[in-house]
Parts: sequence; C-alpha cells; structure tokens
Amino acid sequence: MFTIGNYVKVSSLEEAYKLNQKKSNVIFGGGVWLRLGKKNIQTAIDLSQLGLDTITENENEFSIGAMVRLRQLETHKGIDAYTKGAVKESLRHIVGVQMRNCATVGGSIFGRFGFSDILACLLAFDCDVELYKAGRISLQAFAGMKKDNDILVRVILKKSPVEAVYLSQRNTATDFPVVSCAVAKHTDGVYAVIGARPCQPIIIKDEYSILQNNTAENIQQFAIQAAESVAFADNTRASAAYRKHVAAVLIKRGMTKLLGGDK
Amino acid sequence: MQIKLHLNGKEVLADVAPDMMLLDFVREQGCYSVKRGCETSNCGLCTVLMDNRPILSCSTLAVQADGHDVMTMEGCQEAAEEFGAFLADQGAEQCGFCSPGFIMNVLAMCQEMENPTDDEIREYLAGNLCRCSGYQGQLRAIHNYMAYKRREAKA
Amino acid sequence: MKFVNQPIRKKDGMALVTGKPVYTDDIAPKDCLVVKVLRSPHAHAIIKEIKTDIAKKLPDIACVLTYEDVPQNRFTMAGQTYPEPSPYDRLILDKRVRFVGDAVAIVAGETEKAVEKAMKTIKVTYEVLEPILDFRKAKDNPILIHPEEDWKSLCPVGADNKRNLCACGLEEHGDVDKVFAECDVVMENTYHTKANQQTMMETFRTYTQMDTYGRLNIISSTQVPFHVRRILATALDIPKSKIRVIKPRIGGGFGAKQTVVAEVYPAIVTMKTGRPAKIIYTREESLIASTPRHEMEIDVRIGAMQDGTIRAISVNTLSNTGAFGEHGPTTVGLSGHKSIPLYSKAEAFRFQYDVVYTNHMSAGAYRGYGATQGIFAVESAVNELAAKLNIDPVALRQKNMTTQGDVMHAYYGEQTNSCALDRCLQKTAEMIGWKEKFPAQVMENGKIRAVGIAMAMQGSGIPNLDTGAVTIKMNDDGFYALSIGASDMGTGCDTILAQMAADCLDCSVDDIVVHGVDTDISPYDCGSYASSTTYVTGMATVKACETLINKMKQYTAEKLGCDMEELEFDGEKVYHIKTGDSIARKDLGNMNMCAATETLVATEAHCSPVSPPPFMAGAAEVEIDPETGDIKLIDYAAVVDCGTVINPNLARVQVEGGLVQGIGMALHEDIVYNAYGSLAGNSLMQYKIPTRLDMGQLRVEFESSYEPTGPFGAKSIGEIVINTPSPAIAHAVYNATGVRVTELPITPEKIVMGMKQK
Repeated sequence: MFTIGNYVKVSSLEEAYKLNQKKSNVIFGGGVWLRLGKKNIQTAIDLSQLGLDTITENENEFSIGAMVRLRQLETHKGIDAYTKGAVKESLRHIVGVQMRNCATVGGSIFGRFGFSDILACLLAFDCDVELYKAGRISLQAFAGMKKDNDILVRVILKKSPVEAVYLSQRNTATDFPVVSCAVAKHTDGVYAVIGARPCQPIIIKDEYSILQNNTAENIQQFAIQAAESVAFADNTRASAAYRKHVAAVLIKRGMTKLLGGDK
Repeated sequence: MQIKLHLNGKEVLADVAPDMMLLDFVREQGCYSVKRGCETSNCGLCTVLMDNRPILSCSTLAVQADGHDVMTMEGCQEAAEEFGAFLADQGAEQCGFCSPGFIMNVLAMCQEMENPTDDEIREYLAGNLCRCSGYQGQLRAIHNYMAYKRREAKA
Repeated sequence: MKFVNQPIRKKDGMALVTGKPVYTDDIAPKDCLVVKVLRSPHAHAIIKEIKTDIAKKLPDIACVLTYEDVPQNRFTMAGQTYPEPSPYDRLILDKRVRFVGDAVAIVAGETEKAVEKAMKTIKVTYEVLEPILDFRKAKDNPILIHPEEDWKSLCPVGADNKRNLCACGLEEHGDVDKVFAECDVVMENTYHTKANQQTMMETFRTYTQMDTYGRLNIISSTQVPFHVRRILATALDIPKSKIRVIKPRIGGGFGAKQTVVAEVYPAIVTMKTGRPAKIIYTREESLIASTPRHEMEIDVRIGAMQDGTIRAISVNTLSNTGAFGEHGPTTVGLSGHKSIPLYSKAEAFRFQYDVVYTNHMSAGAYRGYGATQGIFAVESAVNELAAKLNIDPVALRQKNMTTQGDVMHAYYGEQTNSCALDRCLQKTAEMIGWKEKFPAQVMENGKIRAVGIAMAMQGSGIPNLDTGAVTIKMNDDGFYALSIGASDMGTGCDTILAQMAADCLDCSVDDIVVHGVDTDISPYDCGSYASSTTYVTGMATVKACETLINKMKQYTAEKLGCDMEELEFDGEKVYHIKTGDSIARKDLGNMNMCAATETLVATEAHCSPVSPPPFMAGAAEVEIDPETGDIKLIDYAAVVDCGTVINPNLARVQVEGGLVQGIGMALHEDIVYNAYGSLAGNSLMQYKIPTRLDMGQLRVEFESSYEPTGPFGAKSIGEIVINTPSPAIAHAVYNATGVRVTELPITPEKIVMGMKQK
C-alpha cells in the first residue's frame, strides 16, 4: 500500500517543478500505476488545474496534454484519422474502458514502461515531448533518457507524412503485450519499433534499404534480421525465443500492410 | 484535506486523507454497492461514473474527485432496476458481487454508443470481470434490454 | 410441475442487481477491529524469534498474536464431514512456516493503516530451511514438511507424514496386466494440470463478534457454515455450543469457500479482545495463501483393439496438496473415479495415486475437484488413441462410452440409472458441425480452424455421507418458511429449493420465503459442495413437504372428525374427498397460532446411498494463427444431462460459467513459482482469468435423463461443467496443428514452438 502525506493541486508548472525536485515528492497522473507500488509519497503533485487535459489540433500537429486520459486519446477522431487507427489499436486492448478513463498519457509516456503500447506506437510517428525545463525534444530522445525530475507537459504528434501500423500479440485479450510492434514509413525511410521485449521499445531501421524493393522476400528478410538484432528476455508471459519469433512475424505483417508488397 | 463533490446528486463536503481511494470514500458515505475485487485495476467491480464517464474508483483518489460529479448505483436505482431485471431474467447475476460495477458500465456504454455491435459491447465491457456467469447470459440480457429500449423509444 | 423446470428469477436477484448491502463487508459493524496476517517470505523456515513489543505498544493496535498465543490443537481447514479424510496438520499459527505466504502473526487494530504500520515493526528471525518445490521429488524426500509428532490422520487414506504423503492408494478391477498384454495397441501419455485459482470475485472475508449470551458469532462468506462451527471449536479449543455461524450473501465460492481459510483469524482476535473483528483478504492474499486446485501429473494408459474396443484403462495420479492436506486425500480419488467410468464397458482398470506435501500453498476444493484433472488426462488420451487407430474420435466414444444400465466398476460399482451421455455426444457433434469440420480446415487468410471434443461426468453428492436437512413451517395466512442449511453462493439454491417446495405444496414460489443459513436456526446441512445441493437437499425438501402435508391432513382430520386417508390437499385447502368439507390453508396457518397444541412444521433429512453422475459432452472450435500460435476460441457447444432441469436459466448459467472457467484453465490460467517458492500470479494483473473477449461463443443444450433417486428426477450440475474445455480445446489444437499439448495452459507459445519442432 502506498501512502501520500500531502496532495497539492498546483497552480503553475513552476510550482510543480519546484515541488518535484524532492525525491519523496511525485507528479501524480492518473495514479493507476503509482498506487501499485509501496512508495511513501510526501507530496503528490496534481496537475489537473493546468488545463493539460485536452487535445488540441492545428495545421501541423496534435498537442496532447499530459493529463489527457488514454480513453480520450483513443477516441479522438482527428488522431484516429491521421494515424489510420494505429493509436486506437495500441490503446483498445489495455484492460478496459474504465481503466483507460483513469490512466493519463503523461503517466504512460513518462514512465517509459517496457510494456507500454502507446509509447511503442507513438515512436513510429513523428512525435516530440514538451518538458518544462528541457523544452521540446523528440520522443525518441526522451525514450532513451533516464528518468529525472523534469515535468512532462505534453506530447506533440506532428502531422508529418508518416504512415504506421501497430500490432501486438497477447496471451489474453486485455493483458500486457507479449510483444508489440509498430512499423513506420517516413520520408527518410522505413523502420520498426519492437516493444514489450519485455523491456523498453527499441527502434530498428532499414539501414541497408532492403525494403526499397518491397518484395515479400525482402520484407521477410528485414523482419527476421530486425528480430535477430534485438535482445529479448523471458518473463512469466513468454520466453525470449517466442518473443523473437513473434516479433519477426509482426514486423513482416506490419511491413506487408504498410508497403503493400506481393503479400 | 477538504473536498467538495456531488455524490449521487447531493453535495458532499468531507475531510479526507490524501491517499484515501474514492472507493473507500463512497463506501464510507454509505454507497455499499461499490465493491473491490482486486488491487490492480483489473476487475472493474469498483466502477462508478465521474462526470458521466466510467472510472475505477479503486484507482482514483478521493481528492481527485474534488469538484466533480460522482455517481454510484445508489444514485441510479431506477436505471439499475430496469437493466437489472433483464439480467436477473437470465439468471446471469449469479453471486451478484460484480453486478453493480458491470451495470454501471453498461449504463455508461448505452449513453456513449447507439446500437453497439456484439464486438463493440464485448470490448467496452472487457474491463468488467465476472467469474460466475461466463458472460454469455450478460450479453443476452444486454440484447434484450437494448431491444426493449428501442421499442420504448419508438412508442 | 408448475415451477420445476421453469426459468424462475432468483429470489435475491433484484437485491443483487440494485447493489443492496447484503455481503459480509457491507454489514460488518463499523467499529470492527481490522485484522491482518503477517506472512512468511520463505517457503520453508522455522521461526527462531519474533519481536512484537513495538507493534503491541503502537496506538490503535488492539492485539498481536504469534504461535505462542494460539491453542495447540492441530486441525484441518477442509470443510468436510467429521472425521475428515484431510489430516490434522495445522495450527492457527505455527513455529514452522511451510510456504511463502504462510501465517506468521495476527495483528488487529482500529484502522487498516495502523495495522499495516504495526506489521512493519514486527521483527522475525527465521532459520531458513530447504524447501520442496517440485512435487515429483516430494515422496520420501529427506526434507519433511510435517515432521511434527502431533500430526494426525483420522481416516485410513494412506497418509504418512514421515514420507511427505498426504494419501496414497491403489484400486483395481479385472486382470489389468493380462488385458493390456492382449490389446492390439496401448496408448500411454502423461498430463500435467496446474493449481488453478477459483478467483471468485469476493475474496475470503469474515467478521466475528460476541453476542448477548457470550457466544462467538461468526458471519462469514462460506459454503460450509456447520463445518466452520465444528472446525473453529477445535482450532480455538472451545465447545461447539459457544459458536454461531451466519452466512450472508456470498460473492462466489467455486469450492474455495469450502475451506475455512480466513475465519480463524478474526475469531481468535474476538476471543482474545472481546471486540468485533473482521478480516478482508486482499486479492493478493486470496491468490497466494488460499486453496487452489490440486496440481496433478497423471499417467494414463489405454489398451484397445484395432477395431476401437477399449479393454483396459489405467490412471496413475500424483497430486500436489502443498503445505497442508486440505482435500488432498479426496480430490485425488475423483481423478480416477470420474474419468475411468466414462468407459465402463472396459474389462479392467487400475487406479493408483500418491498425494504429496510440498512447500507450495495448500491446495483445496475447486469445482470439479480432481475430476477435472483426471478427465483432461483420460479424454486427451482417448483422443490420441483415436488418432493412433485412425478412428473418428466421436465414433470411438460411441463404441465405448457408458450407457444407461452399465455397472461402473471404477465408480464404487454403481449402476447408471439415468444416462443420456450417448444423446449428449450425438447432439454436441451435430451442434459443432463435427462431420463437416473434423479435423480442420485452412482459411483463406492462412489461419486454421479445427474442432475438438470431450466427455465428462461428475457425482451428485457424496453417497452415504452428505446430509441435507430442510425445515418447512406454515405461518399466518398460510405462507411457508423454508429453512435450509445449504449455502446459496449465487448459484440459486434458495430459489431452486423453493421451486421444488412450491410444486410439492401446490402453491406459488412467492408463497415460500427462504431463510439463509444460521447454524443456531437452520437444520443441519453439510454445506454446498460436491454437487450435492439440488440432489441431496432437494430430496430433503421433497420429503419435508410431504411430511408437512401429512401434518396438515392430520390436523384437519382432527378438526373435521374424519379419517386422514379421506382428505386431500390441493394447495389452497385440505378437503374431504367425499363431503367436500375443507379447511383453507390460510385458516390452517392462523389456527396454528391460536390455542394450538400442534405445530405445522416439518423437518426432514436426506442422505443418498448413491451418487448418480450427471454426464455431458463438449466440443470446441478454435482458430489458430499458425505463425504466432495465437488461439481464438470461436465456438463452444455443450450438451448436459443433469436429469430433470429444475431451473433452465440458472442451469444454463451454471454451464456457461463453468465452461468459461474451464476455458481459462485450458488457455490462460498459469501457476508459476520462482526458485524460492514465490508465486508470480499474485494479482489479477498476473493471473489472467478470461474476459468476455476471450471466450468466443457458448451454446448450451440439455439432454435430460430421469434420475429415479433424485428430486423430480434431477441430478447435479454445478461441477461437471468445468471438465470438458481442457481436453476438447487441446484436441482442437492437435487437429489444427499436430501439436499435442499435455501441460496446461495451452499458450500460443506452446503451440507455435511445438509446430516449429515438427
């Protein structure tokens, strides 16, 4: 059981940032994951008064506030259209509607969890995160950073000419993924994101441009090489060997869907 | 910490510990329909509506409900009875322990979606576990209830 | 029959669906002490020292108890009729801890927070011992789980604590070895089932308080109120007369609450402090320190001729009872007694078993109770035999299965008085489209659809043992009050028994009120388990109603001055068949309350000399992704012979609920211990029971036989329904992929890795 000494609804990001410099204080998103731990939290910092619970859209990007709930993201029509259902696909398997009405985008991304469907999916797109102190950096860079005391303010999904497909394998319909996979086509090339290895998602680029010629053989070759190039581990849900096997299958399927190819 | 919220339509002012869960708070307020089936946000038994959206009261702090509208089954007895009768007519309530959370989410689903397909129903309610019924009787009850509501709307 | 065989709404249904406060924690007094148990982090250890002085001094702490504070009577928590076959191997708190999660100390205080804080201050020094975590290595291991001298087995079940044996035995019929030697083929394989969790939505919970008369009142979510009374009297070393047990509504049981898992803790706190106390198990406690299914490894041999005649079956079961022996000696029996007799035409059988202690949590009773494990093994082996002989699995069963009138040698020599298994199988095959779909077809998208089939049986109560008593009483204006000692745990027995009584008394179900269990008031019932309530307590209901009608007639005969034989009762009145003189039921009820010298109350008990098996068949259609091994259950068809169906709705939901539990066992629910004996599946995040997205479509039909010894021809239904999914789905997986999965659950990984090896 976790405990909370104080609960502060901050009125500015500066106030939140100051409070967050203390190790025993913590930014409280939905609280779904945090409550599973046994942490004794001195001050829980609530960002709910800062207007970060909306998704805004302009010509160039979607701006997703840290306090936006996963369900809001899942049901956002503009994002669904832009990502051709990929974001929705990455969210709809997570536990249930009620849970997704609690968990926040900020919590899910900031945690950089290995099992995170949404992190793996967004890494396939052209995304930035806005941090209070560090400012705007790419989601890729953020995913590789160690956790610090900065504050994730929003996630920005840019409307770049990107196409992506998200796929996952699960033991039961609403369980954590055994392997998740997002494949993406950007103007500068094609890459795959493999998540739930079970550790953090990893990006594999088509370095040798195998996929410029999108034949079934090339796709298959890329999928196998990609899966081989990544480390997987065992846990109670699946072995590393199975994860590797399924990752190759998912990459192949995703790429086939993305690039067409001859099936 | 002082909080002020609307619980089942009534304003409630209370002093709560910052780590008190909304689930424990509403039970303390006499809303015993709200149950806890796990500690990991997986079972859906504690489902209540906050600002009309179904949420897990086990995963929400009471202080997070400050300033919001919270509805438990105690606040929608008529609707519970109306749908519940269809469930009971299938014998699908069985032990009944998951029924309040399940019914609250069914009511939320019916507000959010018009004529959902079976797949949409299953997906919307996937976060509500039930170990007795095998879910099939719950689906029959939902079909019958939705058909009844459609008839009612036409009449 | 006006009410029997009708889909009557459950009497408590509307209260449940409108969220009324009717469960244990809803009605517990607000000033209850909160009771929690400090649990062992070690699988096997001796407590050298336990320091509780800081905890005891903390504010809001009322009581801290260790092994030094509890009675030294060993007992079993198994809710069984005395003398229990389960060994007396427990103390409330013991110096030796035997699994990760075993009780070390009991702490009670004013609030949960205070108790949690106090628990952190308790310092325990352990002498950590080597555990036994592999049940295959337990028998005759030099490490003993129960070396204590006061360990005791009350029944001759082959138990020996100096060999880590909770039970062992051997049963045979015919010259097994000779028949096997004569067979054209002998199919042999080994099957492994896991310690699945009942996972009822309401975890274990109890509150206790002292009443006006200085007696300990126990309000508990239990299937066995009368056993709770007896077991707690032994555990606490107090007279049985000092205990009263009341059962409110229960949020599911499935056998879990046939073991007295949580009751002792608040009970001893109330005894020590005099204060009301309650314990609410967390889901984690319910998963790590409870009473799951017995893990079993079962070796099956089936001997047959080329034409498909099955001549001999042998079953050799190794069962893991864990740290304590609850239900160990009895569950194992069903692994043979309720699998081998599906093919009772075979000439010979052998059934051999060992039940061993290990340093896992204790196993217990879970729906199916050993039959589930045995049927997975035997039905899988029969499906393998069919493949080996190249005979259609349905045809092979039709040739060999038990039919009405057969003597089942492996089932206590009982003869089937009612058996529609042949019709069940036929119909199941039709429903799933066996002829068209067996064995498999590759779909356009590359996925493979395949079907699989299995049969099952169970019992209806424990013969010559299970006792159900019922009291029916007439009241003002002639309404009836039905008192039963059987525990309605959501299954609807309160309603079902009222339906039977309504037909016996020719009145409406609404004319009958039903009283839940209170051991001070209710007539004795061993409890709701072993598929006994409808069959055993149902018969007691029929008998009690007959007796009450006779009493009404006697009473009327006196008033009318005639012979009792000349009277009839039509539900509304007792009348003279010739003169038409009558007394209305309403008047009888009221007369009984004014200057009465007789009571219109009848109590009858019932115990059956036989346990007629319900039978069923189940067939699964699955769709497998051959690249990932992903498996989707598309369709499940089941046809059940439970004799007369008393309430078609409730029976159907029993079947559907049992099927989905069986589907969970088959596909998802895994038990993984780490090297130190700690269980990975300690939450619903890790122990995955099926959601509504995991079960496909269920289709259930009934093919009723008529059981002459049952009430209105009924047999049981509660347990059998969990038995077919594992073997049927495993069969479908084989038909789709050629992979035989013999260890549950059947995960995508096992399927695809199996395919890669081929």
